[in-house]
Amino acid sequence: MDVILFLVFAIIAVVCAINVVVQTHPISSAVSLVGVMGSLAVLYLLLGAEFLAAAQVIVYAGAIMVLFVFVIMLLNAGAESKKGRSFTAQLLGLPLLVAFLGLMAYFVERLFPQSTLVHFGGFTGGGAADIGHALFTTFLLPFEVTSILILVAILGAIVLARREMD
Amino acid sequence: MEFISQHPVLVASLVKILVLLFIVMTALAYLTWIERKVIARIQSRWGPYYVGAHGLLQPLADGLKFLFKEDVTPPASDKFLYVLAPFLALSLSLTTIALIPFGPPKWVFPNGQTIFIVSDLDIGLLFLFAITSIGVYGVALAGWSSNSKYSLMGGLRSSAQMISYEVSLTISVVGVLLLAGTLNFNEIIARQSGNFLHWNVIHTGPGFFPQIVGFLCYLTAAIAETNRIPFDLPEAETELVAGFHTEYSAFKFAMFFMAEYANMINVGCVATLLFFGGWTSPFGNLIEPPQNIFVHALMPIFWFVFKVFCFLFLYVWVRGTLPRFRYDQLMGFAWKFLFPVAMLNLLVTGFLVALRS
Repeated sequence: MDVILFLVFAIIAVVCAINVVVQTHPISSAVSLVGVMGSLAVLYLLLGAEFLAAAQVIVYAGAIMVLFVFVIMLLNAGAESKKGRSFTAQLLGLPLLVAFLGLMAYFVERLFPQSTLVHFGGFTGGGAADIGHALFTTFLLPFEVTSILILVAILGAIVLARREMD
Repeated sequence: MEFISQHPVLVASLVKILVLLFIVMTALAYLTWIERKVIARIQSRWGPYYVGAHGLLQPLADGLKFLFKEDVTPPASDKFLYVLAPFLALSLSLTTIALIPFGPPKWVFPNGQTIFIVSDLDIGLLFLFAITSIGVYGVALAGWSSNSKYSLMGGLRSSAQMISYEVSLTISVVGVLLLAGTLNFNEIIARQSGNFLHWNVIHTGPGFFPQIVGFLCYLTAAIAETNRIPFDLPEAETELVAGFHTEYSAFKFAMFFMAEYANMINVGCVATLLFFGGWTSPFGNLIEPPQNIFVHALMPIFWFVFKVFCFLFLYVWVRGTLPRFRYDQLMGFAWKFLFPVAMLNLLVTGFLVALRS
């Protein structure tokens, strides 16, 4: 059952990801990206990381992508026109893709030996309490540093927007 | 029979889903009847009266009417998203009902599966917010894919409004989570058991802060989230015809309609669970538990439905009483008043909970 669900949602994720690139209209791309986020959340859930799955949906699909869709709708962006690909892209595109995939497969094979294969349902430390404990004990410093980083980004956004208004 | 014994979770869930779907669909239909009747009474009219006694068959007649109408698809619309939007809206709003416990977890099927909740998740509330946060796509995509200026304006307004009020909505219930220390609905209810003095909305005592402010914030944000008067700017008929669903006809329109009422029921259920003790009796153990096992099992359901009904009545009452906001007032209210108040409530609650130990 777990394996079937994994295959279904992995395929949905990959198809949606390809669709993000293939679609010419920004809204269609954004909706495909929401599909990717949603299927990734299901994959997290299958691995036992339930808090992460919910956070993924709330933050990415529910907040960030809604803002994307909102901005696209507000600017009323039209479909992009397809132009022919450049000579370099035509020549090197496929070989580079194959090389990249091969490199990825090689590293996965090297870094994760057979004994650490994923078992569905084997991991149970993904609840809200576990994540909270981990964030506020083991990973307190990175957590706080990330908060500062996000605060800086917010301030930066306000500064940039204000300059535009004047 | 072998299949049933081999897949207890699957079979029990399917049975519960089918029964629940039937009940919720009936409740939706009669919620429209109740709303029309109550508003008619507020405005000194009769409301639906001709179809059946006191118009009781009116929802059925409306449903049939939607089924038999011509389903028009605007030629300039984006076909895929145009069809996807109503399905998204309705299915997401119905999914959340699976997380609501309607009765105590002690009542189980012979195979050990609980009867009164479809799926009892440890992260119940978080999952519910996850689903409602994607709910905005139904409205936004409907507005955009119709390719009409009224629909687009409605969709835009609705996205902006739902993003803004979702922040206050989430923060207003975090106080309850701090008091309960869990995200599981059944445990949140267990913390409020006893009589009505233990409900989160008025529970006072060392380490407790009555969540009445949190509840009022939740109520306001919830009305805005479900796009109801006085926050129904996305479908303001005086300026936007019908807003995001202007171009929808027949059953696709009915799906948006049903999604709106399903969302109302959801919001009512969550308010009951978080602030009013869920299925627990307001009198606690003052009344002897009844001897008959069916009455004993159905009493919590009665209390739950009664509380949700009171909440829905309040909803309809608000709709019949208040005029619509202006758009800038709406956004200003969300960010300049509701958000700080909810945040303050959270701070005070967190402080008191921290003093407990």
